[in-house]
Amino acid sequence: MLNNVFKTIVKTMSLVVLLAMLVTSVSASPEIQHWKTSKGAKVYFVPSNDIPMVDLRIVFDAGSARDEKIPGTALMTNGLLAEGAAGKGAQVLAEKFEAVGAQFGNGALKDMAWLSLRSLRDDQYLQPALKNLQNILIKPDFPKIAFQRELERLKFSVKAKKQSPDAIASDRFFAEMYGDHPYASPGTGTEESLQKLNLQHLKSFYKKYYVASNAVVSIVGQLTKAEAENLVNDLLAGLPAGNPAAELPEVMALQQAKTIYIDFPSAQSTVMMGQVGIARGDEDYFTLYLANHAFGGSGFGSRLMHEVREKRGLAYSTYSYFSPMRQAGPFQIGLQTRNDQVDEAMKIIRAELDKYVAEGPGEDELQDSLKNITGGFPLRIDSNKKITEYLSVIGFYDLPLDYLNTFVANINKQTRVKVNDALKRRIEPKKMLTVIVGTNKS
Amino acid sequence: MKFVKKISMLAAFAGASVLLMSCQIQNSKPDIPATVSDSGVHTFMLDNGMKILVQPDHRSPVAVSQVWYKVGGSYEYAGITGVSHALEHMMFKGTKNLKPGEFSEIIAANGGSENAFTGKDYTAYFQRISSDRLELCLKHEADRMRNLQLDEAEFKKEIEVIKEERRTRTDDNPTSLTYERFNAAAFINSSYQQPIIGWMNDLDNMQLKDLSQWYATWYAPNNATLVVAGDVDPQQVYTWAKKYFGVLKPSVIEAPKPREEVEQMGERRISLKAPAKVPYLLMGYKVPVLNNADDASEIYALEVLAGVLDGGNSSRLSQQLIRKSEIATSVSAGYDPYARQQTLFLFDGAPRDGHTVKELEQAIKKQIVNIQNNLPSKDELDRVKAQVMASSVYEKDSVFYQAMQLGTLETVGLGWQKKDEYLKKIQQVTARQVQAVAKKYLQDDRLTVAVLEPQANDENKRSEYKSAGGRHAQ
Repeated sequence: MLNNVFKTIVKTMSLVVLLAMLVTSVSASPEIQHWKTSKGAKVYFVPSNDIPMVDLRIVFDAGSARDEKIPGTALMTNGLLAEGAAGKGAQVLAEKFEAVGAQFGNGALKDMAWLSLRSLRDDQYLQPALKNLQNILIKPDFPKIAFQRELERLKFSVKAKKQSPDAIASDRFFAEMYGDHPYASPGTGTEESLQKLNLQHLKSFYKKYYVASNAVVSIVGQLTKAEAENLVNDLLAGLPAGNPAAELPEVMALQQAKTIYIDFPSAQSTVMMGQVGIARGDEDYFTLYLANHAFGGSGFGSRLMHEVREKRGLAYSTYSYFSPMRQAGPFQIGLQTRNDQVDEAMKIIRAELDKYVAEGPGEDELQDSLKNITGGFPLRIDSNKKITEYLSVIGFYDLPLDYLNTFVANINKQTRVKVNDALKRRIEPKKMLTVIVGTNKS
Repeated sequence: MKFVKKISMLAAFAGASVLLMSCQIQNSKPDIPATVSDSGVHTFMLDNGMKILVQPDHRSPVAVSQVWYKVGGSYEYAGITGVSHALEHMMFKGTKNLKPGEFSEIIAANGGSENAFTGKDYTAYFQRISSDRLELCLKHEADRMRNLQLDEAEFKKEIEVIKEERRTRTDDNPTSLTYERFNAAAFINSSYQQPIIGWMNDLDNMQLKDLSQWYATWYAPNNATLVVAGDVDPQQVYTWAKKYFGVLKPSVIEAPKPREEVEQMGERRISLKAPAKVPYLLMGYKVPVLNNADDASEIYALEVLAGVLDGGNSSRLSQQLIRKSEIATSVSAGYDPYARQQTLFLFDGAPRDGHTVKELEQAIKKQIVNIQNNLPSKDELDRVKAQVMASSVYEKDSVFYQAMQLGTLETVGLGWQKKDEYLKKIQQVTARQVQAVAKKYLQDDRLTVAVLEPQANDENKRSEYKSAGGRHAQ
């Protein structure tokens, strides 16, 4: 679950990287229009006229990093919005979207909480959907019955996570890596934290974080700029300006290596290995993105896949990635393998990491990665959906407006010397956190 | 807030029914597009029987190429389950012209991404790539269609990778494991009883010659469809397809034996005891599909029925079972009308703490009885139809999805044109038809039920679970 969240983030990040180098597709990168509303919400807009539809995404700095004492608060607050608003219950709110074919979505990650809407462009569909979204956004009722119900459902999913080796490993990995930092706790909350959660927590959280100056609105669709401006002004009317969320504390790097075995009745052992990585906007971002691509970020072309799967048949999937977040997200390596092979697999991964940090990629490996990243850039922005998600990332993390346009150029600036230098400075193979979930006899 | 993962209801498309195979649409003269449909699909046929579908979409300078074969899990017989999927893995391991992994390297160096998937009724290989590099994909796909080199050493490693895949996806995932056993119980003689990835024992005993026979039997141009979507010129695609695929010799393809499912004649029920924390319920009623329906309107009525029950957060199961009675923490219904053979109308879910799986099953059945006795309302049907209509617009945002639809329909033998009919057929469905199919098909005698009974993590019992989970000898 959490793992997926981060994979999504990584995907977005790599999207951003690819623009500069493409000679053939000059028009690949969308022109982003950006403005602020009078109350301070940041708006990012790309007109797209080919399909009569509109995609809209509203992101708040209201992810689980804001949970403070009670993990689960951010997710529950976000989840309750559509469970009752402006006096209408969940049923009526759902009917209003579905009657016009609109698709509503919501969720919370560690950094962000979001609401999304996909609607047909024609006003007979779009306007009712927007009105409904506005109620959910501005006038949530937080009904008590819905709170109890959704809390029970969340408790259930917390329980269900305990039958997933991947979820168990991931929760422990974050807990160990982040210690007292807000990134340590799971967005779902825990059995203990959910016992403490009440409606007042949600209402306070909503009031504090679901405010205009803490919001980023992304729009892609068949609209003029004037129409997009009106749409946002109408939608956010009634949302107070409030204050941007406070800075999150910085993350402390791990001081020493640590290995944790968790006994679990599975046929495979799930391994997660890593350390504190980088934040969004880090000056080594492009260098490390490229460095990781060749190591474990590119699937079949990567060293990990080659050594673990193709050469030895030890695992179906093995990977590595940096998840840049508001503060430093993790650098993470993972695999699953049959219990009796786990020691061998970990030995290989550790040896490969040591070697990679010491020597860096070969020149040909580096060139292969450069070609893949730059040549594949258009695929990252080939749909309205993907562009909408990019706008959210650019807006939320205050990346430059030309981030997409310069991505390929930024990748192409990298050299083997820079990559080797960054690897040595930013990865310490002797201080890795390792979590293993499975049946281990030793 | 759907916290519980839905089981995948996809999976069940496949090869060509004998009947539909024989009436292939247009045998056009070479070099001339057979048709251009209103929805913009260009179709071509090569002399060797290979079909080409091209859906231009010029929004971005990218293209997707997919080669679909009429073969998959449901073509297999006892003892070689998983062979279609194993062969799919080996298709990346080199040809007479390329080293193992070299195709992937070429695609990566050109900025592309690639993979493959195996379903019950199809195996497909795809690339997503900048549209000016499309020719490369066609060239190398044609190569591996006929020139695969199946190497013993590569196979020995890859079959271990596949077993690891099975452990991750199925053996260590209690709901997937339940779904696998549920299918095995639901189907008596239909090949839909077999898991696509194969039984572990079959994987343990699989040999390279099983794969080479499978390759020789099914991998031929007259058993394949090329689908290209994106920023391309259809005539150019056809020219390349002719150059690379057109020179391949066709095979004599014998359709798989029908293995038509016998009449069920009474409810079937299994339980599965596995280390898990939460219970899980699966229910499936035998229903026809478009490929074998006496009356196609019934199929679209079943689709609308699935929509009324679970077509969104306002639909009946969420409304009644999650929000009103609060018996379910999750519940869903679904149906795949494009399966090659008779399939299941599925329900799955988990009861809330304080409720039992039995209560959940009863609550689902109560909803079924309700729709059998009372016509769905006009508002409900309108909502389902509005969502289908809107989705037909939204799906244009994904080139890959559009190609998927064309490839699936063509490969299961329905013909890609069914894609264009779907919206109209759904709009025509009446409340009375929805009620009629609920009455006719959602009957206890057609039902199979599987229940996951979570077992505590008991050290003493662990070895039992292991063998149940299919861990093979080390």
